[in-house]
Formats: sequence, C-alpha cells, structure tokens
Amino acid sequence: MARYVVKRLALALLTLFLLSIIIFFAGQILPGNPGRAILGPFAAQSAVRALDHQLGLDRPLVVQYWSWIWDALHGNLGTSYEYRAPVSSFLVPALGRSLKLAVVAFVIVVPLGILGGVVAALKRGKMIDRVITVTGLSLSTVPEFVSGIVLIVLLAIVTKVLPVTADAPPGSSFPTQLRYLILPAIPLVFILFGYIARMARAGTIEALDSDYARTAVLKGLPRRVVIWRHILRNSLLPTITVIATQTGYLIGGLVVVEDLFNYPGLGRLIFTAATDKDFPMLEAGVLVIGVVYLAATLIADIVYTVLNPRIRLGGSDQ
Amino acid sequence: MSRMGAEALTVPPAPSSPKAAPEGAAGAIDVSAKRIRREHLGQLLKSWSFRIGGAVLLFWIVCAIFGQAISPYGPLDQNLLLVNAGPSGAHWFGTDSLGRDVLSRVIVGSRDILVIAPIATLLGTALGAAVGLVQGYFGGVVDNLVGRVVEAVLALPVIIVAFLFVVAAGPSTSTLIIVIGVVFALLISRTVRTAVLQERELDYVAAARLRDESSVHIMFVEILPNVLGPIVVEFTVRLGYAIFTVATLSFLGFGVQPPTPDWGADIAANSGYLAAGYWWETLFPALAIASLVVAVNLVSDSIEAVVNQ
Amino acid sequence: MTLAAPPPTGNAVETDSALEVSHLDVCFSVRGTDRQVLRDVSFEIGRQESFGLVGESGCGKSTTALAITRYLARNGRVAGGFISVNGQDVGSLSSEGLRRLRARTISMVYQEPGRALNPSIRVGRQLAEVYEISGVAKREAMDRAEKALGTVQISDPGRVMRAYPHQLSGGMLQRVIIAMALAAEPSLLILDEPTTALDATVEAEVLELVASLRQEFRTSVLFISHNLAVIAKMCDRVGVMYAGEIVEQGPAREIFDQPRHPYTVGLLRCVPRRGHRKDHGRLDTIPGFLPAPGTTETGCIFVARCVIATERCRLEAPPMYEVNASRMSRCHYFERAPELPRTTPEEVAEQSTGQSFEHFAEPVMRLRGVSKTFGSHGEKVRALVGVDLDLYRGETLGLVGESGCGKTTLARVLMGLTPADEGSVIEMDNEPVAPTVSRRTREHLRAMQIVFQNPDSALNRRHSVRRIIGRNLTKLTGLPRAKREERLLEIVRSVRLEERHLPLRPAQLSGGLKQRVAIARAFAGSPKVLVCDEPTSALDVSVQAAILNLLADMQSREHITFVFISHDLGVVRYLSDRIAVLYLGRVVEYGGAETVFSGTHHPYTEALLSAVPTLDGTKRDRIRLTGDIPSPANPPSGCVFHTRCPRRLASGICESAAPALLEVEDGHMMRCHIPLAQLRQAQNEESPGGPTAPGPTGASCVDAG
Repeated sequence: MARYVVKRLALALLTLFLLSIIIFFAGQILPGNPGRAILGPFAAQSAVRALDHQLGLDRPLVVQYWSWIWDALHGNLGTSYEYRAPVSSFLVPALGRSLKLAVVAFVIVVPLGILGGVVAALKRGKMIDRVITVTGLSLSTVPEFVSGIVLIVLLAIVTKVLPVTADAPPGSSFPTQLRYLILPAIPLVFILFGYIARMARAGTIEALDSDYARTAVLKGLPRRVVIWRHILRNSLLPTITVIATQTGYLIGGLVVVEDLFNYPGLGRLIFTAATDKDFPMLEAGVLVIGVVYLAATLIADIVYTVLNPRIRLGGSDQ
Repeated sequence: MSRMGAEALTVPPAPSSPKAAPEGAAGAIDVSAKRIRREHLGQLLKSWSFRIGGAVLLFWIVCAIFGQAISPYGPLDQNLLLVNAGPSGAHWFGTDSLGRDVLSRVIVGSRDILVIAPIATLLGTALGAAVGLVQGYFGGVVDNLVGRVVEAVLALPVIIVAFLFVVAAGPSTSTLIIVIGVVFALLISRTVRTAVLQERELDYVAAARLRDESSVHIMFVEILPNVLGPIVVEFTVRLGYAIFTVATLSFLGFGVQPPTPDWGADIAANSGYLAAGYWWETLFPALAIASLVVAVNLVSDSIEAVVNQ
Repeated sequence: MTLAAPPPTGNAVETDSALEVSHLDVCFSVRGTDRQVLRDVSFEIGRQESFGLVGESGCGKSTTALAITRYLARNGRVAGGFISVNGQDVGSLSSEGLRRLRARTISMVYQEPGRALNPSIRVGRQLAEVYEISGVAKREAMDRAEKALGTVQISDPGRVMRAYPHQLSGGMLQRVIIAMALAAEPSLLILDEPTTALDATVEAEVLELVASLRQEFRTSVLFISHNLAVIAKMCDRVGVMYAGEIVEQGPAREIFDQPRHPYTVGLLRCVPRRGHRKDHGRLDTIPGFLPAPGTTETGCIFVARCVIATERCRLEAPPMYEVNASRMSRCHYFERAPELPRTTPEEVAEQSTGQSFEHFAEPVMRLRGVSKTFGSHGEKVRALVGVDLDLYRGETLGLVGESGCGKTTLARVLMGLTPADEGSVIEMDNEPVAPTVSRRTREHLRAMQIVFQNPDSALNRRHSVRRIIGRNLTKLTGLPRAKREERLLEIVRSVRLEERHLPLRPAQLSGGLKQRVAIARAFAGSPKVLVCDEPTSALDVSVQAAILNLLADMQSREHITFVFISHDLGVVRYLSDRIAVLYLGRVVEYGGAETVFSGTHHPYTEALLSAVPTLDGTKRDRIRLTGDIPSPANPPSGCVFHTRCPRRLASGICESAAPALLEVEDGHMMRCHIPLAQLRQAQNEESPGGPTAPGPTGASCVDAG
C-alpha cells in the first residue's frame, strides 16, 4: 500500500510537471508583446525592448521556463504586469475566497447528491427514480450562468430573498457572509448534484444486483442491515473518486459564477488576467488550479485505497 | 394405469403465440441485427424523454436554419426609441438596451451554437476515437505517453483550457471548433481507450494476428466496429457538453462576438441591467440555452439507455 | 397413479416433506412480453433426502432455486403453482415471514464463491452475522463462527476469520459459504452448481464435505448441477430438466441406469464414458438445438430433437406419466425410450491407426526446453518450465491439468501469441519457428491454427460468417478468388454448416454453430497443427458430442495434428493418442493415452483421475489431494508436487530435490522420485479392480467456469 501511495504521488508530480510545461508554453503563444502591453501603444520601441529585457523576456524559452518554475517552487509566482505587484498577494486572498464558495457548494451538494442517488437506486424504475434522474441530468447540463441568471431573477429580483452580489460587505458576521454565498453556490450545486447522484445511483444499483447482496438477503438479514452494512459500503466507495474529479468542473464553474456575481475569487482573477494579457498572473493562477485538482484526486485515490481492502491488503487475487 | 387422470391433472401448456419464431428448428437464433435495430428504434420512439427532447431539439434546428425568415424583426435592427422595453404584444420578449427585439435575437441566436457545437463534437469524436484506438491497441509506451499528456491537460477545467487557447488564437468560429474538438478528443480518447483495452483481449484479435493482419486492419476493421456503441454514446453526451461550452465561452466573451446574435453573448451584454429590473433581456436567452442543452441530454440519455441495455 | 398434487395448504402444517414444488410456472418479462421459463415444475423433497436437478444451461434449474427462495430477478414472477417449504406456502408469506424463512429454514450455496461474499467485510464478520440474526450476542457469534469454520475442515479458522474474501481461494471460500449456510441449521439446503467454478481435486473435497455434513446436520438437500456424475454421486432422487420442464424424475440410480425419456437417454449417450476412444467409434448426439427461452410449443417440448417423435407428440403435450411407483417421465412413449435409435452412426469412416504411433517417425513439431516467465511487480511467475514435447502427424496430444497449470500458456506460446523465454526451442519439420506471430513466416502461420475456448470471444461479432472464414482463406491460402469461393463452400460443408449461415453474424448462431464457424476458420488454411484450447467447455453436453465427432472426423480425413487442451479427462481421453499432464508449468507425466490413463500413473495423475466422479457410481476415491495449488510465483522446493502428494517418500528427497522427467517404460515419461515398480504396487494394492479398472469415465460435462 505504501508503495502504491508513493507511485501515485510520483505520477501526480509527473503530471504536474507536464502541466507546468503546457501552461508555460501556452503563455508564450498568447499574442501581444508584454512590454508593449504594459507601456501602451505610444511608447518607443527601444523602451519596450528595454522593459522586455528587464522582465527577462529576451532570454531563451527553456531558461525562462526554468527560472519561472524555480521561483514558483520557492513561493515566488512572479510579478503582475497589470498591477506591478507580486502575483501571490492577489492570488492568495482570491484562492481563499474561491475555496469559501467551493466549500459552501460542496457542503450542500455532497450529502444531497449521495442521498438522491441512493434513494433513486433503491426505488429503481419508480416515479421518484425518474424524477431524481431526469432533474439531476437536466440541472447538471445547464451552464452555471444560465441557472445563475434564472436564480437571480427569481430569488434576488422578483422575491428579494437573497442578495444579488456574492461578496458580503466587509466586516460582516459569518452567517451574513454565508447568506451572500448561497445564491452563487446554487448553480455549482446544480451542476454537481447530477454527477454525484448519477454515480451514487449506478454504484448502489451495481451493489444491489451483486451476488453478495443476494447472499446477504438470503441469509435473512433485515433490509435495513443489508443496505447499510452490505450495499452502501461498497457502492459509495467509487463515489469518492467522482467527487474529487468534480473539483475540476467546480473550478471551471467558479470562473463563470464569479464573473456573473462579481465575486473576486480565483476564477475572476484568471479571467481578468486573460483579458488583460497579464501572463504571470494567468500562468500562476492556472498552475494553482492544476495543483488543487491534482491534490484533490490524489487525496481521493488514497482515501479509496485506505477504505478498499482489495487494494489495501493485496493478497492472492482469486 | 390411468393416463386420462394424468392428463386431466396436467396444466395445459400455454397456447403457442403466433409471434414465437420456430427458432429451434431453424438452428439459427432469430435475433437478426435488423430486428434489434428496429426494436431499439421502437423503444426510443416510445420513451417520453426522447420525444420531448427530440421535439425541442427539432424546434431549435428549424430556428437555426430558417431563423432570419421566421423572426418578427431583424436581429440587428435597433429601435433607439424603444430601449429596455418589457414584453408586449409587439415585442413578446421585450427589447434590449439597444432597442433590438429579444425574441428575434433568441431565434436567430440558435444558429452559431448549432453550427459550432455539432461540428466540434464530430471532430472531437473522430480524433478521439483514432487516438483511443491507437492508445488502447498498442498500449505500452505510446499509451503511457499520450495518457500522461491527456491527464495533464485534463487537470484543468475544460472551460479554462478552451479560453486559454481562444485568447491565444483570437475568437473565431473555426478557433472555437478546433479548440473544443481537440479538448473533447482528449476526453473521448479515454473512453475509447478503455473500450479498446477490453476488446484487445478478445480472441478474435488473436485470430486476426494469426492470419497476419496488419495493425491498421486490426484496429479499424476488426476492433473499431465493436467499439462503435460507446463512441456513439460519447458523441451524443459530448454534444450536450459542447453546447454548454460554446454558450459559456460566448458568455465570457471568448466565443461568438457581438453584435452577432448569440444567447451567451447577449446574456453577458445585458446581465448588467438585471439589477435595474430588465430581466427579459437575459432570462429569455438563458431559457433558450437551458431548453437546448436539456433537450440534447434527454435525447442522448435515452439513446444511451437503449444502447446499453 | 399420477402425480400427487395436494391442494395448496394455507398455513404451516407439519408435513413429511421439506420442500414441495407444485405445478410451478415462472415468467420473465422481456421488453414488455412475458416469456415462460418454467412450466409445470413439480417435485418434492422428503426429510433428509437429497434431490438433484440436472440439465443443460438455460433449462431453468437456477430459476427454480431462486423461485423457492422468492428471489427471482426483478422482471420475473411466479405465474402459477405453489411452493411450500416445511409446509409453509412461500408465495403467501409477508416480507417479515419471508425473512424469517430465509434466516431459519432455507440456506443456499452459490456457484461463484468469489462473488458471493461481500468484498469489503471480513469473512468472520459475514459468518457471525448469521448467528446474530438469531439473537446471539456479537462476541459469542464470533466464537461460534470460528467453531463453524472448524466444522467445514478449515485448519486455521483464526486466519480465515480475519481474512477478506479476495485473500482466500475458491475452495476455501466455498467452505466458508457452506459453514454460513449450515449455521442456522436449516431444514433445506440448496446448492446451486457449488463446484462448477472449482478444479476437479477441489471439487472432490467440497463434495465430500457436503456429503458428510448432510448426515451430520440431517438437512434436506436440493442439489443443482449440469454435471450428471456429480448429481449421481450426491443425490438420492433426481429430476432431469429440459427447456423449463422436468421431463423425467425418480431415484438417481434408476434414472442413470435405465433412462425413460429420450432426452435423458440422449444426454447420457453424449458423454464419452468408460474409456471410450475416437477409434472405438463416434459419440451419439442429440440433433437440433435447445429451443430459445420462452418458446411455446403445442406438443412435447422436446419434439423437434426427438428421434421417436410422432404426430401425437407434435399435437399433444405429454403429461407426467408414471413409469413405476417412484418414477415419472414426460414422454408419450417412455417404454420405447431406452431403445432410442442412434442419431449418429457409430462406425468411423476411415479407421485411423489408434495406438500405433511410430517412434522412429519424425515429429511434425518439436518443443525443447520451452519456458515462459511472466514478470509482474518484480515478482517472477514461471508459467512454463522446460517443457519438452513432440507432436506427430495425425495424432492428438492431450494436455491436462488443473487451472493455472500452464495449459493455456503453452497453447499461446505455441501459437506465438505469447513469446516463449529466450532459449526455448520450437521447431516445425526441423526448422525453427519464430517466437512471436509477427516474426513468423507465412508458411508457419498457415501451418498452425487454433480453436479457442469461447467462440463469443473468438469470432468478431460485427463480421458475417462468410467474412470470418473467407478472410482466413484470403490471407493464408493465396488462392485466386474463384477458387476461394469454392473452397469456402467446401469447408463450410465439411463442418456441417449450411450455405444459409454464411450471411449471418455470430450472435444469430447457437453456441455449437459458432464453434463450428471457429473450426471452419481454423481449417481454412489447411493447417498441419491445430491447437484446441478447451473447445467444448463453453458448450452444453449435447453440443459437445457433435463437436468432438467433427474434430475426430476432420483429423482422420486430413491427418492433422491436434494439441487438445481440456480439464475434462473423459473428453481428452476420447480424442487423444498421447497425454501430457502438467502441474505448475511442468510436464509431470507424458505418454500414450492408454498408458497414462490405465497403466501406472504419476501420483498427480492418479489424484486427478480419482477426483472425477463417475456416472456408474463406482467408488474410486483412492487418493485425495488436500489444499490448494501453490502459487507459481513461489513454487515449493524439490518436487513441486510434494506439498500435496499423498505418496511422498519418507526419505525427504521429494522436499529437497526436483525429479527429472525420465522414461520409466517404453514411451512413458514421468517426473517422480518413486520407482515405477513401487508406484505400481501401491496403486494396485488399493485398487480392487487391478490396473485396468481406474479408467476415467469422463462423466464431467461442461465446465461453466
């Protein structure tokens, strides 16, 4: 098992390395000269060249990549072209805000999605199953900004139940902050609910149809015990992995939701950096997203391994 | 010995139904491919989700093709005397901040998304199937290498990968198609690879190698027809995502550019007026997107249910 | 009189029968239409009686068992008749009543022990659960569970209690499940193909265990199997099922000695028995095919395949006739059934020269020191170790051994699908053959073909029969187009397919026909050597016989060399001229088929032969193996068989030194430290019938695993 974890970690690092290369070189093909972008269209060509030199942009790409990654490893993510300040001073608070929003969404959706999926599986083919499945599917396919608009119209404009913006006034209490975050979290919840419910349903159905479930039922165990002890233990294990991979979609969703609700999180930061061609900010932001995603899947894999005796113990596989 | 008694006590067998084919006698089991296909189609047409989804999808396809002809106003026609007007008899969906008819823009706005998404998905499916076949069939180093790169790219949300590339190449229809196609190809290749890995272990592949078939023949003539099922399902599912992605990119300003009518772009342009209470300018395009993606997913879900049963 | 059909009793009444199934009809709804899979099934199991249900796949045996426990698939329902267990009507029980019935009265043992236990709960917990249901405290339940493991002869219960299912072997798991089933001391124990997924030696152990526990627990048993010999060994009475009906029932001995239904007669004749060999004559077959599930016939269900059927059989469904006080047959002409005419002529068209292989003749293929090592996670698994074999023209070499012995690896190495280790020598006509397919010459590719075990895997399901066979002709023969078509038709006819099968896809053919297509494809390039890897083990007995006949015919006509792999000793003996016995990737015995089977055997061969149950019920349990096959990744020291060998020498040489494969008598090689004379003496002493008696009767039918 320790060997598995080490191997998995090494793979994650390799992926991260590849990712950093991809991000760096993607940044290079973005059109527009940074020096020109910073100094404006009327600056002299020599000034632009001087600034490029100052920024180190006239060095070979490999050297540039190396110094970028070396600095990044030491916590220095570079200096924003746009704000002339260290990227991390923007990135860290933005990441914090995004995590807050993501946590609210996860706390709502994970229990709801699992419950929905399990209930649908237990009532397979019945009305409630159809309702959960079709609702989940429909919700998960509507883009966040679409459901966001509909929700704003319904909850903030027509009924005025919730505030339109996501960022609570500074110094607000925790419940107030939470109240501001609910509306932007709902579009994310919608998207994730469908996926999680679908996986939980499929896993539960597979377990229900398994031979060991038959053994448990024919032993004469009460239904309650069969479901809690024999079914859920096996069916929810794969769902863990799914939840982790959903962090990827979640971050993609954050870009949109933060833009729509004007919430200064990581998504909005990256979005603005891309429109402003603020490469250091953009590259650092995207890299952070990759790290978060890889960390989430890595943790999920390890949790899965710990909970699954087949992998944990190995042994003669008959 | 009372045979009569025996017969009296025996439950008579059920009357033979006229539909039961004389399969035993024929020696061949009557599950002809044609019959299965017909049965599948019948089942599809019977399912409500397919009917509703199909109808809505058809409606939007009609709008995309004949949009200009059936829309009440020109989608670009501005009426500066009537800006931000609420829904009325003349303008069912109201007008936007430039006085353009929202209904007309919603109808014509279906066009670009319904051109870009299917073509991008088709491109992604073809490319992804080819990559997945090669990866799954050859395995080893090729598989590992491609797999790592795919993994790295997919560590980023699709939307972010897409907009990075659009920023690099500049927004245009062909950029969108290529970007979405390539990203989807990576996703689809993973599914196809898994299917191919299973097929590769089957003995018909060994039999082909034993008669000296080339790898290309084995991949495309022997294996490909057997993994078409998952590929078709991937296509329909990804089509939904493609619409999702195009709409989102347009909303973020990386897709279809104004003033061309487009749902996502129109929502972005008018969302600032929401707080002022002009909800119709964004709500109707939003509902249009929602109806289209849900329709596509209802259709793909019912196709998947029939293919996988 | 006729079938006693008591009226459905309402509630629990003290009865003499543990189980009563009466006029049971079961339907499955498939895509909106009902298909009847059980029709008028009636039988009774008395207290402490053991009743067997036997039949080919899809005949409704398992459905019957699941109907008894009321655990039919979601689309299934009981459409008529009733089931009563201990006098309780199963159909009318409340859900709590049903749960109690399952907890206390009925228990079940399943076909695949590896899947019947929860993969994420320790074995001990799962077993203790059964005691907890009846209100025993957790601590005591664990103690009792551990004791129960002792009852099923598990030597270290403590370790097994703590293990997860994936850490135990199939045989061990099946013991655990048997312990679980007996924990509640049920009055009815249902065993659904309990040994089908197990190897012969393990099967013998499990069957023995069940037989002894049945006495101890005084349980009634419903034993379900496709294997006639297993049923004959385990059951007092038996019901033969065909296409959802019980066609014959009565005492097991009588049914197998004097069958009174044409289906039972045919089934028994299909099985190669008592040392029957290809040069003694062809096997009899049952013509035609199983009707598709849910097919309804006005007349007799078997009519399409029955040789003695008349107009009456077509029009009038036969009732259960009483043959005598204890037997019933669902045939209008049950008196005539024993004289059923053969459907396949016995005589061999062209007499091949059975035993007379010539030693001086050059072998077609020669294998020297063929090894195969798989490396996984730094662990070396030696699947084949120094195999030396010769293949002679027109002869069959049978490869036998338990699962994991390397049979299939050897087949794949021969074909070049898995490359042999460096230093292995494979020669054809004294020319070296390249280790991998991609480097073999066209000539070598053409000369060697294979028939795989599972035609569903071996035939491309998207290609037509014409394309499957035709492509091999195109690639291997180089015939001009017109000639190819001619040759295609010739091959198709020679495997007794018809022209109308050519445009069909594999899914449209029955299992037997699919295997014929695979054989036709293999013959397309007129190979010199044909490897048959368990070619009949995915097929039912009635189909198996026809395929074996076909292979024997094609061999005697074209003088092809066969390498025939099977776990079924009867089948191997029928077709083989020489036999190689493999254990842990090593050839432990090699020689003429009759020498190996009827002469003095290697202790392992002896154990294999002893493990096979026989249809005639003679006891041949001379030696028995215990324990599981060691892992090839970590083989035992010395002679690899010493850990399980019942004839191990006291001197300790078996543990310390690996014996060589030596010629112990003319053309008979053996890998054993025990001198031949000593072996012969030991084997003759314990076998009352002398050296010729212990022939395999090959009663094992089809292996579903």
